[in-house]
Amino acid sequence: MYEFTYHRPGSLEEARKLISEDDGQPLSGGQTLMPVLRARLAMPTALVDLTRLEELKGVNLEGDRVVILGATTHADVASNALVREHCPALAELASGIGDPQVRYRGTIGGSVANNDPAACYPTACLALDAEIRTDRRSIPAREFFTSMFDTALEHGEIVTAVSFPTCQHAHYEKFPNPASRFALIAVFAAKLGGQTRLAVTGGGTGVFRWQEGEQAADSGGSLAAAALSEAYFTGDLHASTEYRMHLTRVIAQRALTALG
Amino acid sequence: MNIAATGVKFGQSVKRQEDGRFLRGKGKYVDDMILPGQLYAAFVRSPMAHARITGLDLDGPAGMPGVRRILTGQELVDAGLPALPCGWAITSRDGEPMKVGVRNALAVDRVRYVGEPIALVVAETQAQARDAAEAVMVDYEDLPASVDVLDATADSATLIHDEIAGNCAFDWELGDEAAADVAFADAAHRIALTLRNNRLVPNAIEPRAINAQWDAGSEELTVYMTHQNPIGMRMFYAAAFGLASEHKLRMVSPDVGGGFGSKAHNYPEEVAVTFASKLVEGPVKWTADRSEAFLTDAHGRDHLTDVELALDSEGRFLGLRADTQANVGAYLSSSGSLVPTYMYATMLSGQYAIPAIHARVRAIYSNTCPVDAYRGAGRPEASYVIERIVDVAARELGIDPAEIRRRNFIREFPYQTPVVYEYDSGDYEKTLDAALELADYPGFAARKAESEARGKLRGIGVAAYVEACGIGPSGKLAKLGGGAGMWESAEVRVHPVGTVEVLTGAHSHGQGHATTFAQVVSDRFGVPMENISVIQGDTARIQAGTGTYGSRASVGMSATLRACNQIIEKGKKIATHLMEVDYDAVEFDDGIFSSKDSNVTIAFAEMAFAAHAASGFPTDEIEPGLVATSFFDPPEFTYPAGVYVCEVEIDPDTGTVEVASFCAADDFGNVANPMIVEGQVHGGVTQGIGQALWENALYDPDTGQLMSASFMDYGMPRAGGVPDYQLVFSGTPSPSNPLGMKGCGEAGAIGSPPAIINAVCNALGVRHVDMPATPEKIWRLCQQKEAN
Amino acid sequence: MTEITLDVNGKTATLDLPDNTLLIHALRDHLRLTGAHMGCDTSQCGACTVHVDGEAVKSCAMLAVQADGCSVTTIEGLAKDGEPLHPMQQAFHDNHGLQCGFCTPGMVLAGIDIARRFGKLDPATVRDQLEGNLCRCTGYQNIVASIIEGASKMEGQS
Repeated sequence: MYEFTYHRPGSLEEARKLISEDDGQPLSGGQTLMPVLRARLAMPTALVDLTRLEELKGVNLEGDRVVILGATTHADVASNALVREHCPALAELASGIGDPQVRYRGTIGGSVANNDPAACYPTACLALDAEIRTDRRSIPAREFFTSMFDTALEHGEIVTAVSFPTCQHAHYEKFPNPASRFALIAVFAAKLGGQTRLAVTGGGTGVFRWQEGEQAADSGGSLAAAALSEAYFTGDLHASTEYRMHLTRVIAQRALTALG
Repeated sequence: MNIAATGVKFGQSVKRQEDGRFLRGKGKYVDDMILPGQLYAAFVRSPMAHARITGLDLDGPAGMPGVRRILTGQELVDAGLPALPCGWAITSRDGEPMKVGVRNALAVDRVRYVGEPIALVVAETQAQARDAAEAVMVDYEDLPASVDVLDATADSATLIHDEIAGNCAFDWELGDEAAADVAFADAAHRIALTLRNNRLVPNAIEPRAINAQWDAGSEELTVYMTHQNPIGMRMFYAAAFGLASEHKLRMVSPDVGGGFGSKAHNYPEEVAVTFASKLVEGPVKWTADRSEAFLTDAHGRDHLTDVELALDSEGRFLGLRADTQANVGAYLSSSGSLVPTYMYATMLSGQYAIPAIHARVRAIYSNTCPVDAYRGAGRPEASYVIERIVDVAARELGIDPAEIRRRNFIREFPYQTPVVYEYDSGDYEKTLDAALELADYPGFAARKAESEARGKLRGIGVAAYVEACGIGPSGKLAKLGGGAGMWESAEVRVHPVGTVEVLTGAHSHGQGHATTFAQVVSDRFGVPMENISVIQGDTARIQAGTGTYGSRASVGMSATLRACNQIIEKGKKIATHLMEVDYDAVEFDDGIFSSKDSNVTIAFAEMAFAAHAASGFPTDEIEPGLVATSFFDPPEFTYPAGVYVCEVEIDPDTGTVEVASFCAADDFGNVANPMIVEGQVHGGVTQGIGQALWENALYDPDTGQLMSASFMDYGMPRAGGVPDYQLVFSGTPSPSNPLGMKGCGEAGAIGSPPAIINAVCNALGVRHVDMPATPEKIWRLCQQKEAN
Repeated sequence: MTEITLDVNGKTATLDLPDNTLLIHALRDHLRLTGAHMGCDTSQCGACTVHVDGEAVKSCAMLAVQADGCSVTTIEGLAKDGEPLHPMQQAFHDNHGLQCGFCTPGMVLAGIDIARRFGKLDPATVRDQLEGNLCRCTGYQNIVASIIEGASKMEGQS
């Protein structure tokens, strides 16, 4: 690892200052960032640790929204009573991210801010019309995930919470990459306002909503025949574009079946 | 005084003596050690698969903080450091000796694989060493790279070593080509298949590590290295590299975190670090990170084989022909020539009476990491070839896969195969029956129907393997081209109080020798396990040995037994004086010396004391002390064999293969400790399943980059991907050593890949699928099947 | 450089470390607790697993400064020298759940964490929850058996 300075701010306000004034990089769970730093693939001058900010931890019920604060770990989301009651599919999703050790450290804020093209959380955000709250605004998920490893976050902007609608009709289905265990393809299916939502990760270019698939589901058509744009997909040593597209149909169907 | 004997028996599942320190976090691995004045090494490595080095700028990095020394390949050559040797001489069919591309510890003017070391930086901290290594600027002139044998042998291929035509190290053959041709000419059926044995990365969880210390005053060199054969390495470092005189070179291999063959070789990095340690004041340590391990730990397998089987109308095997191109990587590694020849083609008879066999093996250089022994080393490749072609033959002749094997089994032992080996013992039908019973073979149809009802395809696969283990015999190995003896030594030291030390040249890196070797002693002497220490891995304590690889612990354990027997003989001689009886009247049983002619009995511990007290017997006739040494060179190899039956369930929608059950019936001869042997099979089978389903060292054909170069991209078996295995042992004792053992370390990795692939092909109703049987490959086969 | 204070295996440790020091390096190189091992660069193998405030984490994916003020338990902290093994350690011994020993500390600490979360265990749960730990020797079968038995012994003790 290259040298950097570590800061542990006592408040969000202090974190904002350290990030904007000292060119600090936010450090959340670090489960992605640490391996990146160890491989010397990044050279931040300062890291600003958000994981000790109590004001960024926990889950709140705000009317019909489940609000998960940014530094809440996957393990805490998976076991949180409010999440399990009001949006159980989200708890299921969180319980399958990475591995148990990763889930104790990794956070929702870090996951959505990183927007790995094979990450789990972005699908739930997109499918459920989540709002990503930052220290300066609230961004709808459909505008947040711009392209892989990229988001609408401005320089120094901190994810403070992700707000999901309560939802009893949702399911996350993951087909793991045999090596990394990240999603080779995973689909978050939900019924929102009577409409089907299908959000896909693992395609290679970043999370996306499969709107033709949603329409097919809602009109009683088959996913197998629904249009699916090749532009969302890439091939690599693990799977070709063609196979990823096929898996998308199969996994989406399984998610829908589980939805009932 | 009569101390009751409380020894354990050979063959008993004794809990491991060595567990405590590992469970308490007190194991001592090389990287755990920080020596006073510790310095650290980092390598400058080639990012290119094939290139000329046209410039190397060290001036900037040499002045960076903490940097003590930067070493280049040219300096090593100028200093007279020899190239790395390949330890096995192979002669081509035309009588030409094999062509060895020069492998320097650090590349001089050309790099031939991604990750090849070019320069070595020694600095005061690991970070400083890495910083400086990163700052070394190397200019390259790119050359075309070939990563596959077909590319490397194409007319247009660039020569990897300018002097080696066709990138071919040797073109070798074994067996009788004319006899095989006759067999094929007369055959009712000829079955042909082309298959690849995928390249693997060994991935012991402990990476390679070394800490080398030169004492300029005493001119003594101490090298701590995670290695399977530290005594052999001392010889290499002294005799081959001249790094120190052998009597002033101490090689220590402490606890080793898994080897699987990958830590049995001579590596350039370790040689360079040791050389560097003599140039700087202070010990130099290097621990590979996982990326370096992926790029530079000798890989395994990587064969492309055309195989043909000739059968009569009854499905009896008449002849076998195999034509293999073995990708040896950019250089011939330590056993790089042995593994695809005498470790491979000699096993092509499998468990079958095949009158005529001919094998041709071409060893092909490529711009990839050198290939060497990895768990099984040549034998898995052979087992895969024969067990796949036999399965295809069964399918095409409409004979049950178990039945075609049974019909062709060797039944008389010893059995001379047409390819060198004389199998010592076995009962192949017995292991087949045991495996079929364990797997409930007749019940498969019902299980298949049940799977089908759930939309899944179920398949069953049978594979019978045999392997040669327990190397030596040294004389036979020398006739095949071996350069060093492969006996094993044991020194058994009995202390005056009756505690025992066993010093062995074998090296346990997970195999449990501290327990099994002690069991031999405990059984023989009646001494409790806690009074026995097994000492290994330090040339300051053990003078002779040849290490652990190739499932050869039986050799070291036999040496231990023989040394124990010498101790007992000596005890009997002493007893003649203490008991005043004739030598022939002395018996030793259950830890007690006794005689029908005397009322006196002497417990083992009492004898130990008497031997050292040296007052009750004439010391001009019998020397005091109770120490014995044995060098055991086995008269013949051992031939473990077994039958594996597994079932897979395939999801045709995704192509996922799940191993539903796995049953193994193994004949390991006499088994020292069933608990430990079961563990060896579990581990071996898991590595074999990994090869069959997930693992693949995949190089980009255009750039020569290793694409599966981390655990993110290389599919390691995990707990969730493998089932509980069912095992049964049915031993026919080996006549090749006094314990009747055969060896068990590699069997699982040899028998399981064909068992899995046979099951996959059975499920899909296809002729063949190459490993690894990834979901996408399987899905495509399902698609093709549907289209047809 | 930052000065941090940790409770490691029940003892207070104060360390002055460069900010970029990983927790595993603080433990191995500075406190000389070498039971946690480094087996990969990508936080996949789990050989470095330790407990931080009672939770199993990968000490190669956490900075030492991030553990400032925390309680850290390493494999060395489960049973004092000369005292009986922790029930999970004992179960690994009794079930031959280790071979080369390199992944073992991580496996034992992961196993304790699994036991604490699930109580009584079945093989499928253990296999699923061992996703973050690689072993190249044992084929996992005896590790799974060890963790199940260890968990049941831990329940008996609490």
